[in-house]
Parts: sequence; structure tokens; C-alpha cells
Amino acid sequence: MGKKISFILNGVKREVYVEPNELLLNVLREKMGLTGTKYGCGIGECGACTVLLNGNPVLSCLTLAMDVDGKELVTIEGLAQEELQIIQRTFLEEGAVQCGFCTPGIIIMAKSLLKNKTNPTEEEIREYLKGNLCRCTGYVNIVKSIKRAAGKACKKC
Amino acid sequence: MRQKYIGKALPQLDSFHKVTGIAKYTHDISLPGMLHVKLVTSTEPHAEIINIDASEALKIPGVVAVLTGKDFPYRLGIYVGDRDVLAIDKVNWVGHPVAAVVAETMEAAEKAIDLVEVDYKPLKPVFDPFEALKEEAPIIHPKLGEYRRAPAFTPVPGTNIANKFTLRKGDVEKGFKEADVVVENRFYMPFVSHCYMETQSVVAHYHKDGTIEIWTSAQSPFAVRNLMGLSLGIPIGKIIIYQPFVGGGFGGKAGLHWEPLAALISKKVGYKPVKLKLSRKEQFTSAPVREGFHAEVKVGAKRNGKLTALKAKFILDSGAFADYTVNVSRAAGYSVGEVYDIPNVYCDSLAVYTNKVPTTAMRGFGHPESAWAVERSIEMLANELKMDPLKLRLMNVVKAGISTTVTGERLREDAGNPVQCLEAVAKAINWGKTEEKPKEPWKFIGKGLAVFSKGPAQPPNAASAAIIKINEDVTVDLMVGTGNFGQGTLTSLAQIVADELGVPVEKVRIRTMRSTDTVAYTWQTVGSRGLFTDGNAVLEALKDAKKQIKEVASQVLRVKPADLEIKDGKVMVKGRPWENVPLSDIVMGYTYPNGNSIGGPIIGRGKYISPINTYLDPETGQGIPTIFYTFGAAACKVEVDVLTGKVKVLEAAQAFDLGKAINPLLVRQQVEGGFIMGLSVALFEEIQFDERGWVLNPNFSTYWVARAADIPSKIDTIPVENPQKDAPYGARGIGEVVMLGVPPTIANAVQNAIGVNINNLPLTPENVWKAIKKQRPELVEEIKKKLVSWKWKV
Repeated sequence: MGKKISFILNGVKREVYVEPNELLLNVLREKMGLTGTKYGCGIGECGACTVLLNGNPVLSCLTLAMDVDGKELVTIEGLAQEELQIIQRTFLEEGAVQCGFCTPGIIIMAKSLLKNKTNPTEEEIREYLKGNLCRCTGYVNIVKSIKRAAGKACKKC
Repeated sequence: MRQKYIGKALPQLDSFHKVTGIAKYTHDISLPGMLHVKLVTSTEPHAEIINIDASEALKIPGVVAVLTGKDFPYRLGIYVGDRDVLAIDKVNWVGHPVAAVVAETMEAAEKAIDLVEVDYKPLKPVFDPFEALKEEAPIIHPKLGEYRRAPAFTPVPGTNIANKFTLRKGDVEKGFKEADVVVENRFYMPFVSHCYMETQSVVAHYHKDGTIEIWTSAQSPFAVRNLMGLSLGIPIGKIIIYQPFVGGGFGGKAGLHWEPLAALISKKVGYKPVKLKLSRKEQFTSAPVREGFHAEVKVGAKRNGKLTALKAKFILDSGAFADYTVNVSRAAGYSVGEVYDIPNVYCDSLAVYTNKVPTTAMRGFGHPESAWAVERSIEMLANELKMDPLKLRLMNVVKAGISTTVTGERLREDAGNPVQCLEAVAKAINWGKTEEKPKEPWKFIGKGLAVFSKGPAQPPNAASAAIIKINEDVTVDLMVGTGNFGQGTLTSLAQIVADELGVPVEKVRIRTMRSTDTVAYTWQTVGSRGLFTDGNAVLEALKDAKKQIKEVASQVLRVKPADLEIKDGKVMVKGRPWENVPLSDIVMGYTYPNGNSIGGPIIGRGKYISPINTYLDPETGQGIPTIFYTFGAAACKVEVDVLTGKVKVLEAAQAFDLGKAINPLLVRQQVEGGFIMGLSVALFEEIQFDERGWVLNPNFSTYWVARAADIPSKIDTIPVENPQKDAPYGARGIGEVVMLGVPPTIANAVQNAIGVNINNLPLTPENVWKAIKKQRPELVEEIKKKLVSWKWKV
């Protein structure tokens, strides 16, 4: 049965019972039905499971579900409501997406970067994304997309 | 026909799903009542299984069953059926799945695997392929002679040789006699992992009526269906394979993997759906990776640089199973020096079993291996001849219509042009222009290049088909079997459909999930073949659909079908476009005012099979192995730090004669992604084994894959477009050729920078530094002296 936790998930208040050792990644994917957050390694080395917790990026595979009690969580599914956010659009248009498996984690990281730094240099973008693995793109179009999204005056991205 | 979309840079059509997180991968598939499977894996490299005791594991609440190899007496595989479902009688590597725990939850399954007790009687292991070839070596597959195999392969029963491929062209000894200069060297590439971001996974549901439904992360749904049917003796008509979104493949998900295990378990536990999802560690230790490669290459040339002979011996350290690697050994063998016009070529290429992780296909398929050995050899030959390596390559590369390849094939006239590729990359990095020396005396700049080629290493009869269904609103369903795991082939095919039918590309629906029940057949999605083979099938299907449309319209408009054209959603009379009928009035049948109707739903059907390919001669390897050669060249500029051995790629360019860039954005995606994958394999990647055969680095912190901060700031993509007449709009495939020449290009640049030859990958700082110390001790001393007087800026 576990313990009841409550938190804001993509803008909506949710309650769920979790075990003390349950990981946020598994709770999101299996109990909340949000499979956009991906398992790539399970030990915090690839960044595919990145989500925003109180606005900061965390690796959901290393976060206990208990820890989100009373906090606010945003996953990839929480970004686009009616239409794509700018960062999603630039990823799509620049071809930063190939197999797409690393994409949610990287878009979440990009959001976090652009929140803290409105106009990062290419080098700063690459440095910031060091924790996220992508095997398809060679990162070129990913960096380009973030640069382009940054160029737009955008409060929401 | 107006080309509105062909040649246009469009993002992949399924990108929306991926940027919003709604794309469903096999990882994300969950069925009601689904059970979870976890593997118990071997802790011994080579041992008899004496006993498996699962009694404690079965006591864990939620555990449903523990199954072992005895439950599944089958052999699997694509080219040589050497694999088991779970270890039968003996284990062949550390990581070999011995038992499968099935439980209601993943947690219960994870808990239970630690409680399964396996008693082993250790056998002598063999880890080195050269040791494995000795007469006294332990035999890993005593029943090798009994395995099912495809006709092109020759395992040697009673030995550890999974396949021996031989290539003989001309008279190699005569060729060496004619040579003025001969260089001979040894080369090595380590085991590497594909590192697709989605680990392998499968959901299977065996139904009581005998139907099997499978959702899988595999690259090639039809190959899974066929090989499952063959291996398990199940009628193919009972098997349905679904391929949802796939998180990368790179060859590692080709052929058959965990589908038989999951399907058989589903039946054993009472026809309940089951799911198996590998952990990243299991992906490194229990699933196939790229083989280790050893080569000896001897190459001879006249003083003027003209190549006279090439002799190579390849030993592929294939690990415990080589069901796919046997064909890698064949492809490495037949591609040796493929891009050069050499009269005398000799190659033996052996796939050899060892007690290590099994191996399989990986992007480039034997060609990265042969290119590494040959392009390093050519570089060292140039050095020996004191000749510009670019000039040496330009002089010797094959010429379309004139040259005969190493397999004795006279190249077709429109085969493409490696000279243009070489010239383009040389220009891009200012080849021949001396670069400014870095301020720090321990840093050196160098440039390197390489030339290479790749075509699909497929069986000669590998076929493809296409179905084009047109709906009431003239949306089009493109139903091909080719998989989509990042390459974007379906988008390129949709562009062709849109132009041919004169409809907006948004109206062409590519399927985000393929099902073998509904889409048209294709043999596999491998070998850079999709655009060419499925593209040709699509063109034929379009022709078929258009013929049907015009037949109906010709009755309506009272002209001959040949006088009609399809444009902007209408069928119109050529020269009198106002005489037309909307496609929407035709595609489900045309209805006259009185209700009489003609025609009917339009469904186009097309197919492709190569009329040219042959089996290769078993003695000489001569024949026609491939439907096209995509020629390419790479060049880069590196900075080598002699104090640390660190190699940094500063800029790079790649050029490919891809015939026609149907979608330049997708081309650039492949070239950039391929370059970085090649860079990563060249500089960082190596699966390390300890002396007992355990993988030491089964994770992303100790197995380093290139990250965003590791990439050069400039990677040029240069398409060269010499169309091939039997290709769709002239286009050849480029999925693999984009990575295969990168390692020799970088190593050649390192040689150019510091005069040190590195022939063993990867070029880690440690390996480079050791090579510098060994080959250029004086350079290290010289720099030490300079360091004394170096003014450090603080």
C-alpha cells in the first residue's frame, strides 16, 4: 500500500500511494501513465529520465518518489498544452529529433538552461547537456535548436 | 512531374510524437495482466550446468515461474543457428542467460533472480581468438555441424571457426613481385556497444488459438517473424510482429533477439502477456555487441604509387554466438580495398568463437573493419612512398564503368565517383595548407583523410514490397515494412509519394507502428538498403496506383490514359488542364449522375528484388555482392597533446556520392550523427574484459560515449550527386557509410600531426601517449626541455 504523497504534476494536483523505495521514474511511467520520461540506464548516466522538480532538472531514475511529496513536477507531457512550446518547435524544425528516445530528457534540460540563461553560447549549451546522451544526432541540431529557441524572446520556453 | 518535395529539407514526419513524449516505444507498452521477466545470467565464462535450484526463488510472493534452457530446446539465428533461447547444458560467456524468472511485478522478479542457485562445473575457457584457433583449444560449439545455416556460410565443425570467407582476385604473389614498396601491418578494433538509447525489449502474448502477438524493439519486423517461425517450427501465419517507435538500432537490433524467449514464456505461464526489458548492464553483458577485430594487411605499390597487390587476414573475435557475425566476416572480406582498383587481392576472413559476449551486426557491417585496416595501410604506404596521401588515393580509387572491383564486378557506369568525394573533403579542410602551430609546444596540428564505400550486405534475393492505399479524402497510406528508428527513410519515401501523386506531403500518412499483418513485406531494415529497395517498390506501387486512376479518369474524360496527368489533386488532360476530374471523385470509384459507378478503391502495389546480385564463389569470393556502392570520403583536422595523449578533432568534413539527396536535412542528420558515432568509436569506446571474461565497464560512466561537449564545432556535409539509374531518383543509401571511415581519418590525422602510427583502437589518451613514448621517445624529451623554459600564464 505504501504512503500517500501529493504533488502537482504538469499543473494538476495528484495523489498516489508509493513504497519508500519506489523510484520517481517508475511511478511516473507505471502509476501515472506518463511514458514520455524514458529509461536509458537506470543509474543516472544518460539523462533520458530528466524531469523538472520545482523548476530544477532532476534524474527521475535516482529520485525517490517520496521526495516529490508537496512539490511541483513537470514532465515532457506537461510542456505542450494547446500548441508546441518554442523549444519543442525548434527541435522539430531543426531536425534535432531522430530516434527520439533521448529527446524528452534533452528538451527538459534545454528548458531549464533557458530559464537560467536567456542567451547561452554554443559552448555553454554543450557543457550544460553533458549529462544527456544522444546516439543518433551527433548533437549538432540539438545545439542549434536550443540556440534558436534562446534567440526568441520567450517567457514560456 | 513537378518536384515539390523531392530535394527539400523536411523534418522527419513523426517528430511531433517525439517532442511531445507521446511516441510509444516497446518500453512503453503494457498489457492488462502482463507479467515481467528477469534473467538469471551466468557467472562463469565456460561451464557445464550441473543443477539449477529455483525453490527459494519460487517462494517470493508474486513469482509465477522460473524457466531454464531445458524448457526451450531450440536453436536460433539468422545465418548460422548457433544461439539458444536460454543456456542449454552449458554456458558460453559471463552474462549468458541461464534462467528466466517470471513474476507479477518487476520488483519480485528482481528479488528472485538472486535466489536462483546454479551449480556449474567449470570448463576451460578461451578468450583470445588466436588461442581459439589452436588445435588444443576448448570447443565452444561442439554441435556446430548440426546447426541450420544459410548457403553462403561455411562453419568448420570440430573447430571454433564460425565462418571462413576467402577472396582471391588475380595473383597476389605476382602482384607483390611487381611492387617496389610493400608495407605490412597489424590492426585491432575492440568490442564496442551500439549504445542505442532504448535497451532491447519485447512484449509477447501467446494466445490459446496459437496466434502469437509480439511488440518488439527490433529493427526488422519481418525478419523476426520469419526467423521465429523457422527456429521454433511455428507457422509464420500465426505470428504477428508489431514494431512501435524504436529508440535507435545501428544494426544491433537487426535479426532475431529476445522475441522467442518472451513468446515461449507467455505460453508456459498460461498464455499471459509477458514483458522483458533489458537493463543497460544486461545490454552490455548479455546482448550482442560489435565483435573484436584483428587484421594483418600487406599492400604493395609501384614507386609511382600504383597499387599492385593487397593481402589481408581478418580474425573476428565473435564471442560466444556468431549467428550474425558470420556475415560480418564475409562483408569485411569482400570489402577489403573495395574502393580501390587493385589487380591482385587475397583475403581470408574468419569469424572465431570465444567465451565472451556474443556479437552481431553494427552500422557499417564489416566495412568499418576493412576500412580501418586498409585506410591506415594506405596512409603508411603513402608515408613510405613519400607521397601525398590524397594523391595516392586519387590515383588508385575505382572508376565507374571502367574498374573491376575486388569481387570481380565491373562497376556500372553510374556507380558514383570517389574522386569527387576526396576532392570535396580535401578542399573543405584546406588540405595541403600548412596550419599555424599552436602556442603550446606540446600541441600539434595534423590533417587526415580517408576514402571508402558501403553497399547493403544482404542476401541476393532480399526483397521489398510496398502498398499505397488512397483514402476518400485523397490522404495516402504508405504501407511499407521498412522500420523507422531514427533514419527517417519513411519521410523520404513520403516525399516521393507526395510528388508522384501531386498531393501535399502532410496527406501522406507514414505509420508510426508497423505490423507484419498490415504493411507490405521487406526483408530487413539494415545495410542502408531501405531507401533504395523499398523506394523502388514504392515507385512501382505509385505507377500501379496512377495507372488505375488514369484508367478510370480516361473513361470520365474520354481521352486515352496516356493523355492524362495527375497534378494538384486532379487528373487532367495534358495541355487542357481545365478538362479535369478531382482525385477525390476517382479514388473510391467514379459515380455518374445516374448512379452508375466505375473503378473502385485504388490500391497500388509494387515490389523490388535485385536482378543483379549473386552468391559469391565459395573459393574465390568473386561475384556481385551488392546493389550499389555509396562512395565517400572524410577529412579532419586534429590537435594532439603530446603531454597527455589527448586527441581533439577540431573540424571535419564528409562527402558522399549519394546519387540524389531526396531530403538534405535527413542526409545531414545521418552525416553529422555518423561522424560523431565514428569519432566516439575512434577516440573513446572499448568494452573491457578481465582475465575471467567479465565485462569491466558495463555502464555509461566507464564506457564513454561522445557527449555534446566532445564534438567539433564544424562538421561539413557535402552531398555529391551522380544519380544511379536503377535507384529511386538516383538515390543510394547513406545510413552506414557516414560513420565507417571516421576512425582511420582521425588516426591518419594523428600520424600527420606527430608522426606516430596508431593501429589499435581506440585512440584514448593512454593509448596515444604509450604509442608516442614507444615510437617517438625523442619527441617527448624535446618537449620536456621546452617545458622548462615555458612561461606559464597564471
